[in-house]
Amino acid sequence: MDSNVQTVFQRPSALKEVPTHYCAGCHHGTVHRLVAEAIDLLDVQQQTVGIGSVGCSVLLYDYFDIDVVEAPHGRAPAVATGVKRVHPDNVVFTYQGDGDLAAIGTAEIIHAANRGEPITVIFLNNTTYGMTGGQMAPTTLPGQVTTTSPYGRDVAKEGHPIRVAELLAMLDGTGFSARVAVDTPKRAIEAGRTILKAFEMQVKKQGFAFVEVLGACPTNWGMSPIDANARVGNEMMDFFPLGVYKDITTKG
Amino acid sequence: MKKRLFVKGNEAIAMGAIEAGCRYYFGYPITPQNDIPEYMSREMPLVGGTFVQAESEVAAINMVLGAGAAGGRVMTSSSGPGISLKAEGMSFMAGSEVPAVIVNIQRPGPGLGGIDVSQADYFQAVKGAGHGGYHLIVLAPHSVQELYDLTMLAFDLSDRYRIPAMILGDAMLGQMKEALVPNSYRAPEDLPAKDWAVTGKRGRIRSNAVKSLYLGDGELEAHNWHLHAKYERLKEREIRFEATGLEDAELILTAFGGAARIVKTAIAMARREGLKVGLIRPITLYPFPAEIYRKATAETPKVLCVELNNGQMVEDVRLSAHPGADIRFYGRPGGTGSLPNPEEIFEQICKHYKD
Repeated sequence: MDSNVQTVFQRPSALKEVPTHYCAGCHHGTVHRLVAEAIDLLDVQQQTVGIGSVGCSVLLYDYFDIDVVEAPHGRAPAVATGVKRVHPDNVVFTYQGDGDLAAIGTAEIIHAANRGEPITVIFLNNTTYGMTGGQMAPTTLPGQVTTTSPYGRDVAKEGHPIRVAELLAMLDGTGFSARVAVDTPKRAIEAGRTILKAFEMQVKKQGFAFVEVLGACPTNWGMSPIDANARVGNEMMDFFPLGVYKDITTKG
Repeated sequence: MKKRLFVKGNEAIAMGAIEAGCRYYFGYPITPQNDIPEYMSREMPLVGGTFVQAESEVAAINMVLGAGAAGGRVMTSSSGPGISLKAEGMSFMAGSEVPAVIVNIQRPGPGLGGIDVSQADYFQAVKGAGHGGYHLIVLAPHSVQELYDLTMLAFDLSDRYRIPAMILGDAMLGQMKEALVPNSYRAPEDLPAKDWAVTGKRGRIRSNAVKSLYLGDGELEAHNWHLHAKYERLKEREIRFEATGLEDAELILTAFGGAARIVKTAIAMARREGLKVGLIRPITLYPFPAEIYRKATAETPKVLCVELNNGQMVEDVRLSAHPGADIRFYGRPGGTGSLPNPEEIFEQICKHYKD
């Protein structure tokens, strides 16, 4: 190779070279890449264990070249607890969607955070159940039409969307809680930095770290990838403001 | 002479587990098994182990899934209603081939039921409490000594076959105290290495995935035949039972766990009266000792199955017995005052012996 040629962009080592099954415009691919980059940057691929969840991201082991355990729906934080207690020096992360984490797994995420379990949790919020075909999620916005809220989510009947990043920030055991988005290159770069920090905190044994990522589900939203991407910034962020809600490393 | 201790049944399980190298325990309190988490919370830190009181039985079994997948020797314990909640995790562990020991100190149900003696979780334990069709290894101790010894065995069988193993006890066994000789644990030499566990890739060419999802064409069927072959191997190699007095028996009694203790006393009473009564006591409920029933009932076709429920194991006895066998049942379904005493069983022996 010409010695003047430099590699400026390549597939992260933590990702396998395989085609994706995700729909066009879905943000799982982007978030997978950001997680893999964090693993590469911290040079922890050999000691990382990922915990898959039920939903579109269930095939984690098809994409990440790391050890993976597949957890039952919502239980990833409990499975991660088991793995981390056996291998405290491993980097253990869960990768969960909003149905998984904010509905069936509410108890597991709250108690893992409250125990200060030293794991990293990546939470992709796209306001719907993706894999099961676009049903209402705990994060579905007021008025949003889904297959199980065909008249639009009515908060009087169906309750309010849950702001998980804020909720977990209230717990004493949480070390870090933030919400990011990946709808623009700038925000994706920022999201990558936040995810890196959440992994770095685990390496430095600084406690439970949580990153909520706002993403799009064009297929189930019934939108083009471009319109769906725009919805993340236009509608979702009004209800789910971006920001860092807790960071114990910034305290004096 | 070996040291003899006076130990409560539940504590014997915890002691056996720690002696066998269990270093991870995740559980949630429920009567009548609370001595186990209490013992573990006290002793685990002293041996460098981990005790976590989970937020629910559901979380506890999934912590077990994680720790087992990571290669740890791990245990949880509960009682009927808690085991129901653990069913999801048990199905995932069976499907993902994760070893672990699960203890069920049975209480009567259904629903909240009561907190005393019952054996009504036989179906739940043996037929697969969770979804999808699977089996656990199920061991049924009937003494404090066996609670200790079979817990050790459960860890080894679980590791050897990559299958969760259940200790199926009951409130009587868990709460009683009797003599225990704490045998030292010796690991079998042929336990396979856990090269499938998630430990971080650490130089392996292939990353490990502990999973039960098989979407590819034919993959799931192949996996289920693989699991089936394992159950068949268990039937060939791991049957355990106690059989006494079959040589001259005219009536065979059969019972497992706590019920077998009462039955043994009643059989001794019957023998003193000159009645020729034998006993088959399954120790492995899965794999079920079908062959001994088939053989024994060819000679002695009359069997009385005694259980602390309305009739569960009796179905497996019927399936196992010689086609001409005459299988009868006596049970009490559980609840305070529902425990039969030996005289009551002796009366049943006399009745079934004659007609």
